[in-house]
Amino acid sequence: MNWDFIMKYLPLYRKAAVLTVKIGTAGILLSVVIGLVCVAVQYFKIPVIREITTAYIEISRNTPLLIQLFFIYYGLPKIGIRTNAAACGVAGLAFLGGSYMAEAFRSGIDAVETIQMESAYSLGLNRWQTLRYVVFPQALSISMPAFMANIIFLLKETSVFSAISLMDLMFTAKDLIGLYYQTTESLFLLVVFYLLILLPVSLVGSLVERRLRYAGFGT
Amino acid sequence: MSDPVLEIKHLVKRFGDQTVLKDITLTVEEGEVIVVVGPSGCGKSTLLRCINALEEIQGGEIRLKGAEVSKTSSNLAKIRQRIGMVFQSYELFPHLSVLDNIILAPTKVQKRSKEEAKEEALALLSRVGLREKADSFPRQLSGGQKQRVAIVRALCMHPEILLFDEVTAALDPEMVREVLDVILGLADQGKTMIIVTHEMQFARAVADRVIFLEEGVIKEEGSPDQFFEEPKTERAKEFLKTFTFERKRSRV
Repeated sequence: MNWDFIMKYLPLYRKAAVLTVKIGTAGILLSVVIGLVCVAVQYFKIPVIREITTAYIEISRNTPLLIQLFFIYYGLPKIGIRTNAAACGVAGLAFLGGSYMAEAFRSGIDAVETIQMESAYSLGLNRWQTLRYVVFPQALSISMPAFMANIIFLLKETSVFSAISLMDLMFTAKDLIGLYYQTTESLFLLVVFYLLILLPVSLVGSLVERRLRYAGFGT
Repeated sequence: MSDPVLEIKHLVKRFGDQTVLKDITLTVEEGEVIVVVGPSGCGKSTLLRCINALEEIQGGEIRLKGAEVSKTSSNLAKIRQRIGMVFQSYELFPHLSVLDNIILAPTKVQKRSKEEAKEEALALLSRVGLREKADSFPRQLSGGQKQRVAIVRALCMHPEILLFDEVTAALDPEMVREVLDVILGLADQGKTMIIVTHEMQFARAVADRVIFLEEGVIKEEGSPDQFFEEPKTERAKEFLKTFTFERKRSRV
């Protein structure tokens, strides 16, 4: 192992890691928003838009991120929308993540029994209040494991960003390998940096899950 | 005499092509305790669910002090506030403490102040012997305690009528008593109630009027003494027989 090489290119990886985290975070936040909107549309059974969200979820879940990114990166300029690689990365991640988040939230909502809602209705709560105070808090803690798994999944998916020339971790590693043939060192750094990003997320995830499980469940 | 609290006229409820309630007509006066008994599947629970508009009805009408109760009416949430319902399976909200379970609807639906709702909730909890459980979560309570909390939760909305749907059916025998005592107490206070139950002793003690429902029809209706001592119909006699036991073989 060439430690000089590792020390020399450490800052480059750090920069790439920051980019990965930034784009990952932005994409994940957006996918949460998209997921919530989809779930709300389906919960309230809003006509037409509901069918559109269903179609979106199927398309998004059943195509690879790489293909989605190509569509956004090469397709948008063709219809006159000029944008940069970073924005495409965020958009691509959000497009993919939105459906996964929607499915995570939906499974949580489905797991709340109908009679819980009836119990809320019989107290005079309307549909919105029932969702807000009874269904959603329970659904959230039920969907938390899937939600955390999605975050980790999406952060890992950022590794395909290199394909649209975003200088993320994967791009940096491939670049260095191409330039210097220092394969072992480059890949070692790549693994270490992904672990540095993902291990804390995993840890926080299991803490949150344990807390939520403790906070309310088991009737 | 004042207007009846609840009027049900020619109620018909169908699930698909199966008619569960056929032409039910029932009037409940202020302060009256009605107990509905009958074999399982006779439509008792469905009747309560219709009164609370949890089920759509296919015929007839239900009126609460003149206001129509229907799943399609626009002020449904307003009407439901005036009807309290207690479920067999308690249905407390597992993510909220006992106190928050009780004050959720008073504060969010009736827009009462948190302090005032809390004060009433604690007073009601004291009355059912659960004051010290106010900060517990539902999962920390026994079945009987949960059911008492569910009753308090319904009471805190000041409903004009209370519906009890087999509220002791899921409880261990020693917990049945504590819940039934609470309901007896409510009857003594003059609350208007419709109670669906399989506890015949309790039914007899608490009821002002007993309704015998079978195959979606009110087969018999009368005072508890009359119904339990001299039921008029053969069906009611047979039904009541299922609650008594006799040994055919003589003891040695």
